[in-house]
Amino acid sequence: MNVLVLIKQVPDTTDVRIDRETNTLIREGVPSIINPFDTYAIEEGLRLRESAGGGTVTVMSMGPPQVEGALREALALGVDDAILLSDRAFAGSDTWATSYTLAAGIRKRGEFDVVLCGKQAIDGDTAQVGPGVAKLLGIPQVAYVRKLTLDGKRCIAERMMEDGSDVLGVPLPALFTVVKEINEPRLPSLKGKMKAKKAEITVWGVSDLEVDDSEIGLDGSPTRVKTIFAPELRTNGIVFQGEVDETVPLLVKELVPILKTEI
Amino acid sequence: MSSIEVLEERCVGCELCIKACLYDAIEMRDGIAVIKDNCTLCGACVEPCKFDAIILRQEKREAVELSDYRGVWVVAEQRAGVLHDVSFELLGKGRELAEELSVELSAVLLGSGVEDLAPQLIARGADRVYVVDEPELEHFLDEPYSNVVAELIGRHSPEIVLTGATSMGRSLIPRVAVQVKTGLTADCTGLAIDDKERLLLQTRPAFGGNIMATIICPDFRPQMATVRHKVMSALDADPSRKGEIVREKMDAVLLESKVEYIEFVKDLTQTINIADADIIVSGGRGLGGPENFHLVEELAEAMGGAVGASRAAVDAGWVPYSHQVGQTGKTVQPKLYIACGISGAVQHLAGMQSSKTIVAINKDPDAPIFHAATYGIVGDLFDVLPALTKSLKAEL
Repeated sequence: MNVLVLIKQVPDTTDVRIDRETNTLIREGVPSIINPFDTYAIEEGLRLRESAGGGTVTVMSMGPPQVEGALREALALGVDDAILLSDRAFAGSDTWATSYTLAAGIRKRGEFDVVLCGKQAIDGDTAQVGPGVAKLLGIPQVAYVRKLTLDGKRCIAERMMEDGSDVLGVPLPALFTVVKEINEPRLPSLKGKMKAKKAEITVWGVSDLEVDDSEIGLDGSPTRVKTIFAPELRTNGIVFQGEVDETVPLLVKELVPILKTEI
Repeated sequence: MSSIEVLEERCVGCELCIKACLYDAIEMRDGIAVIKDNCTLCGACVEPCKFDAIILRQEKREAVELSDYRGVWVVAEQRAGVLHDVSFELLGKGRELAEELSVELSAVLLGSGVEDLAPQLIARGADRVYVVDEPELEHFLDEPYSNVVAELIGRHSPEIVLTGATSMGRSLIPRVAVQVKTGLTADCTGLAIDDKERLLLQTRPAFGGNIMATIICPDFRPQMATVRHKVMSALDADPSRKGEIVREKMDAVLLESKVEYIEFVKDLTQTINIADADIIVSGGRGLGGPENFHLVEELAEAMGGAVGASRAAVDAGWVPYSHQVGQTGKTVQPKLYIACGISGAVQHLAGMQSSKTIVAINKDPDAPIFHAATYGIVGDLFDVLPALTKSLKAEL
């Protein structure tokens, strides 16, 4: 069982804010983390390797050189090897160009049975790269997977829908994007951390991949950011303080018209 | 290749660009701004520079023949023969866009035995419904569904394609966008037309809702976007509206799926899906334990609402994950959201701050949830919730 896990390094979004007076960003040393959903994908990869009784788990990411940190974190968890797709030519990629570049990286890496991704990244929230990669590789995909089990040569995947789960039989190779419910990620061991520190990380640039220059980076991205602005602020709320027999009736007076007219 | 450059002779080292950068990709070296290699060429620093010292050079590229693409499309969603409300909402918005562009609004309907649903789409604003009714499309499977939508786009060349940001839409439509090679913007909260350029302006939140971005797709068609449930408004159904129903045939190869649909398992823990609810009452750590969650449930029940929870309550095992609101749970946008004993971490706010009216009930007057709230009560949940439930029951 050879598993490829696609991960993204993201800023811990809690710290990114817009200063409303100057319309500029406030970032107080925003720490970078592995996209939280991708940690479940890594864990699922390790579990698949274990339940198949062997194989490899490879993590791959596209981004600037500092993404190496995220890849080392993954290595510390027991991942076998890590590949970073990094080149100035990849800068400005939207989800189309990112999918294209990652698919080229996966093709170069060679044989795999399963590709795993988190359901979406917390900075962009698009959930588009996983399905895009699957299409470009010409393999089936299942998004929002809450349970994945090996069943001979295929996987049984439970896909989380709004009203329940679709249970699907999926021949391999295939791509799955996973939700948080799928597992409980392990913590790195001391031995794992030591190993990760010394591990060699493969870095591939544009010349290492079979890609068309017009399909990568900003030039290969169909979408463009036109403007960036701060969301509208909620007008100052009304907060009631005091005894319950005073505050509750005041709130009820506000809520009843909303409940009767708007809903 | 596109590139970005700081003109050193113009840069005065004012650091405005550093403040504008979303990615921490600019630093000062010897009083001059230097762009680092994690720059994404987003261009957010170009305008804030008062000295025109930053130049973003975008490679000219060959655009598709834009005038070959006309019309606005909505990919309708049906599950087990029931149309999802988000399809009606998209038709409402699509109608507006189509009129502004003076083009027709079409819906795309896929499934097995679903042709009867087409008149509902016309009643909600569609001028035309393309129906692909095949046994292979009974259940939602990514491969045949994406093949069929991509094939229809190829046959009819719409300029705009809108899809609901549901589990199905968000799984299906990125595959289609890659297939037809065009841009796709997820979870738009605003859609408008730039008349001059005939472009769809797609506005969406990013970074957990802390920033809004307007995205365009200038050189490729169709312009594709997904929109969450309850963001746009549906038109009232008008059964007298006239429209055309067009049956489309597909090659068998397009309907093939490597994935086999085995069964559907209904989630019995949730009577109302929180993403669809108009009213949500959520409980957090302040409830103290699962034995107190009935206070939240009773308030929800009194108003006909659904029950949500913060991550803390879910991680503690008090409530199943399907109820979790927030960054790693569901993003909800009800008309009324009541947060009980939830402090309001940014991750929680990211999942509910677009709700129309937000009520916070918390004993800590400094809890950040009060900054997001339209109304708030500072008080003990164990007194406030029963009193509120009782009083609302009497009023409604």
